[in-house]
Amino acid sequence: MPEQTVRIRPSRRQAFLRSLRELGRVLISDRYAFTGALVYVAFIVVAALAGVLAPHDPTEILFTPDGMLAGDLPPSAEHPLGTTSLGRDIYSQLLYGTRSALLVGLVAAFFVVAIGTLVGLVAGYMGGIVDTILMRITDIAFGIPFLPFVIVLSAFLEPSIWNVVLAMSLILWRDTGRVIRSQVLTVKHRAFIEAARVSGSSTARILFVHIAPNVLPISLLYGSIAVGWAILTEASISFLGFGATDQISWGYMLQDAYLSQALSRGAWHWFVPPGLAIVVIVVAGFFISRGYEDILFPKLKD
Amino acid sequence: MPLATTFASSRGAPIYSYVRFDPEATEFMRTARRIASRFAQMVFVLWAVATILFLVFRLMPGNPLVAYIDPTFTEEQQQELLQRFGLDRPLHEQYVIYLGNLLRGDLGDSFFYRDSVTSLLWDVFPNTLALTMVALIIAYVIGVLLGALLAWLRTSRFEGIAIPLVLLSRAAPEFWLGMILLAIFSFQLGWFPAGGAFTAGSEAAVGPGRFFSLDFLRHLFLPALTLAIYLHGLPLLLMRSNMLETLKEDFVTMARMKGLSTWSVLVRHAARNALLPVLTAFALGIGYSIGGNVVVETVFSWPGIGRLLVRAVSASDYPLAQGAFLMIAAVMVFMNFVADLLYNVLDPRVNQDA
Repeated sequence: MPEQTVRIRPSRRQAFLRSLRELGRVLISDRYAFTGALVYVAFIVVAALAGVLAPHDPTEILFTPDGMLAGDLPPSAEHPLGTTSLGRDIYSQLLYGTRSALLVGLVAAFFVVAIGTLVGLVAGYMGGIVDTILMRITDIAFGIPFLPFVIVLSAFLEPSIWNVVLAMSLILWRDTGRVIRSQVLTVKHRAFIEAARVSGSSTARILFVHIAPNVLPISLLYGSIAVGWAILTEASISFLGFGATDQISWGYMLQDAYLSQALSRGAWHWFVPPGLAIVVIVVAGFFISRGYEDILFPKLKD
Repeated sequence: MPLATTFASSRGAPIYSYVRFDPEATEFMRTARRIASRFAQMVFVLWAVATILFLVFRLMPGNPLVAYIDPTFTEEQQQELLQRFGLDRPLHEQYVIYLGNLLRGDLGDSFFYRDSVTSLLWDVFPNTLALTMVALIIAYVIGVLLGALLAWLRTSRFEGIAIPLVLLSRAAPEFWLGMILLAIFSFQLGWFPAGGAFTAGSEAAVGPGRFFSLDFLRHLFLPALTLAIYLHGLPLLLMRSNMLETLKEDFVTMARMKGLSTWSVLVRHAARNALLPVLTAFALGIGYSIGGNVVVETVFSWPGIGRLLVRAVSASDYPLAQGAFLMIAAVMVFMNFVADLLYNVLDPRVNQDA
């Protein structure tokens, strides 16, 4: 048996390296994917340096030198995007908002894709009763309206950005699960899988070493779209007033602006930037996914 | 075209076969069985969703009556209330009562409005339906036309501008889009009202004719536009990729070789075949939008079911929140069923045993 171990280890590492290399190749070769990746890098840098870049604490209530509340100030050198009605610096809030957006987006996307991929792999490969049960659970997940579910869930849990992550992990794996399952069905009867089975590889090994690398690009495609979904959902939930209260997010900023009559006062500098930030980061995710789509479905390209 | 794959999965919703192969069965019998089994699946999902909701509302920490009970109530009064809502019974009994009530269409009484949840829901449901349908129809007409056009002009510069624009419309949060439109057309220009479905106290606000009054349409315009901008990307991208596929098929080449005009090839041959998945997406879209409208209804203070849900949850009005959620879920599950039927029955090429 030691021979087999020797053979399989490099193959696992190779498969992993192959997917990593593919990831890198896609990001560099596709113009859209490259732009999307650059945008993500920029946002990550801003999130990491928010404490240094932001001129003020985003929740600090500011006062003018003569002791008045610095509320509803128009943009100026001191406050590039003005201040909120409660005298908070909008530019600083915008920078700090990057943190919750990226945190929610990346963590939620990871869970959505990990759960969906696992369900799809197991259902597709095992077949039979396991498949039936998993697919009935998927049907149920498709029967739950997502946004209302997040709202109801938030009513029972402490307000936190993790509610969105939890709700997404519970529901949104459904699309990935179904697609991965059908992909597994096309792969599982190929010769190299049969060979692995005949040579006595365990089910887990076949699943994760032989089949998983073949569905990984699809998982990544769904992942890059899920990041945007998570950010949009978090923003919607915060806007509806069910979001975190201790952390500044773009959705919270928009809710604050909406409730403070920023629309009727024409305070564009307040409610336009957070929305634009969301648009840019979500589009960046779409661009990255486009790169994978060209690889997965080359016929769409011509 | 990054979104096409995401959408493709929703288009190809569940096509799992429960039908055993039976050489004796006629085509009609097979179709009937297929529909019956899909119907059974719908009932199963509805039951499962109702059960999950029951568990969420009963097992979560906190007494659901907290919002209802006045602190000045005596111990006896509180007990009486628990009894009235059946909350003093064991969980499994509550569950049986809950399912029985659901079947009879009884969703209990709202804590806040002190009125039957069912009648509250039916009061606002037409508003949500009107908003959803108007927005969807606008979105799908525009989406289908633009999508077909883009497929035809595939290599032109136009596409390089149009596709990123479509992506932008999908990436913008609906409520933010609504805020921008409100700020421009309502507050700056004063063309449209800032919220609600009718002008307060207007005489037009009663009777079935109210949905055709000018007042209603003026209120409907901005929320419907917001939704339509958000929704048109899906039919557009679907139509475009389907058209690209169909244009390559033999029968289209055949039609061209017969010397038919471009217009005839495009509309009578290619578009007809590309439309089916769009139709399925439309059915699904009704279900998804009714649940997804929550934010748009909130921005425009639109008296619909989504806004009712948000208010109920904020006010800890559990019976109302539960009822609104169930109604949204029921519409969605039913539309999933309809979409599947459209997809399976209308297109004989779809293979059930795939």
